[in-house]
Amino acid sequence: MNLLVDAFAWIFDPAHQAGANGIPTRLVQHLGISLLVLVVASAIAIPVGYLIGHTGKGRTLAVSLTGGFRSLPTLGLLIILALWLGVGLEAPLIALIVLAVPPILAGAYSGFEAVDRRTIDAARAVGMTEWQIVSKVEVPLGLPLLIGGLRSGTLQIIATATLADYVGAGGLGHFIFVGQKSNDYPQMLAGSLLVIALALLSEGIFALLQKLVVPRGVVANQNTDVRTSSPRRVAVVGSPTEERK
Amino acid sequence: MFTANIKKGRIVASVIAVGAVVALAGCSTSDPLDAGSASTDSIVIGSQDYYSSEIIAEIYAQALEANDYTVDRQFRIGQREVYLPEIKAGKIDLFPEYTGSLLQALKPDTKATTSDEVYTELESALPKGLRVLDKSEASDQNSYTVTEAYAKENKLTDIASLKNVKTPIVVGGNAELETRPYGPATLKEKYGIDTTFQSIEDSGGPLTVKALVDNTIQLGNIYTADPNIKSNNLVALADPDGLFVADNIVPVASTKVDDKAAGIINKVSAALTEEDLVDLNAQSVNDQKSAEVIAKAWLDDKKLF
Repeated sequence: MNLLVDAFAWIFDPAHQAGANGIPTRLVQHLGISLLVLVVASAIAIPVGYLIGHTGKGRTLAVSLTGGFRSLPTLGLLIILALWLGVGLEAPLIALIVLAVPPILAGAYSGFEAVDRRTIDAARAVGMTEWQIVSKVEVPLGLPLLIGGLRSGTLQIIATATLADYVGAGGLGHFIFVGQKSNDYPQMLAGSLLVIALALLSEGIFALLQKLVVPRGVVANQNTDVRTSSPRRVAVVGSPTEERK
Repeated sequence: MFTANIKKGRIVASVIAVGAVVALAGCSTSDPLDAGSASTDSIVIGSQDYYSSEIIAEIYAQALEANDYTVDRQFRIGQREVYLPEIKAGKIDLFPEYTGSLLQALKPDTKATTSDEVYTELESALPKGLRVLDKSEASDQNSYTVTEAYAKENKLTDIASLKNVKTPIVVGGNAELETRPYGPATLKEKYGIDTTFQSIEDSGGPLTVKALVDNTIQLGNIYTADPNIKSNNLVALADPDGLFVADNIVPVASTKVDDKAAGIINKVSAALTEEDLVDLNAQSVNDQKSAEVIAKAWLDDKKLF
């Protein structure tokens, strides 16, 4: 318990509030890296995921490929990339994108797949074009699952972005590395606590977002009794791993 | 039916008996974790969990064996926090150490930095029953390292000469370097050298070397006996003012190391040069040779015994 008290004391120590190694600077760096990774990973994963979800093609390939990438140890990947690209932001960015793409991709295509086929057929029957089906039916209805994918992806990014400072790219990992190597465990724990706080904050935001983006019609129709409802009837709110409960 | 039951009972009983005997036999032998199984007159030699330390310990071992001593090798024990209590407790008789780091572990408030200062203070800082034998010229210590091209271009000779560099200097190393007594703040204070800091968390390993070669950083914190210095055309800047604590290789010996054995080890230390140490490390890192092979080749080459 003493260590925990020391860690909080470390966080609130005025000496750690300013400068290049102050908490605000490091927090902003960490957030910056995480956001950048999230944006780039989304730009790759969402279109691909939508394409797979809409056409139903390439699912197996995408799943096995991203699943394989997901199992790469990020630290190892980071060092190999840094030995190739040099120290700085590039290597951790790529390593984190590789980590973040699979959950977002899964969220994107499972969101499309969770849309009731009859709804899509109905949309086609009223004369919607393929593009309209995607943009007016599949995207809004698949949004809760996509947000779920973004949520778990962001969580992984924030937690793993601590490695960025291994190659000098900044972020909250600094406190953990310095604390570990100089036996300054309160500092190490303080760094971890800050990462946890960031992760919880992002979880909160995404939970809220997930509630807000669900179309009203879906919410009204939502059947809370999972046992009697067809898994395809409604868009399931939750992370992709909870799909089809 | 009845006899069958008795038979079964007997079998069970005998199985239990056999099991008990086996278990008791296990208890009766000495503790398997106790290293004291070697004969009492052998010299226990230890080493750090660091390839370079193991090679030197192996050289000590082979040198003593060549002079008819029995040795017990307990290599790769761990880091100083782990093995120092073992040495103090008298469980290890001979251990290759680094003067400055050992002194700082024994006497954290020491101000000594140069090779001789450190050695003199170390002699008095060691607990009773332990002594240091002669230190070797070879050392493995922190340094500021630059590329040869950079040194030539800016006419660098020692750390102080960095003051003449007109372009911005980026220092790279583990994040804790920033707050160490030889860090960027001291460069500014002592020599008036302005630097910016780039953290690279691999303790002077391949990422630091790559950053130097790429000119992402101009000054790297790398151990002087690292074979990467030679193989990547890097140079460690001379440190005449003792900015870094000298870390000469020094054997720590218990009373079990008699005068004759001490003489043998002193001969080894006298023969071990800085170039030798770098070369020994290179054979381990680049050629993946075992400590035993490297040590034997070095001893044969030096023809000491």
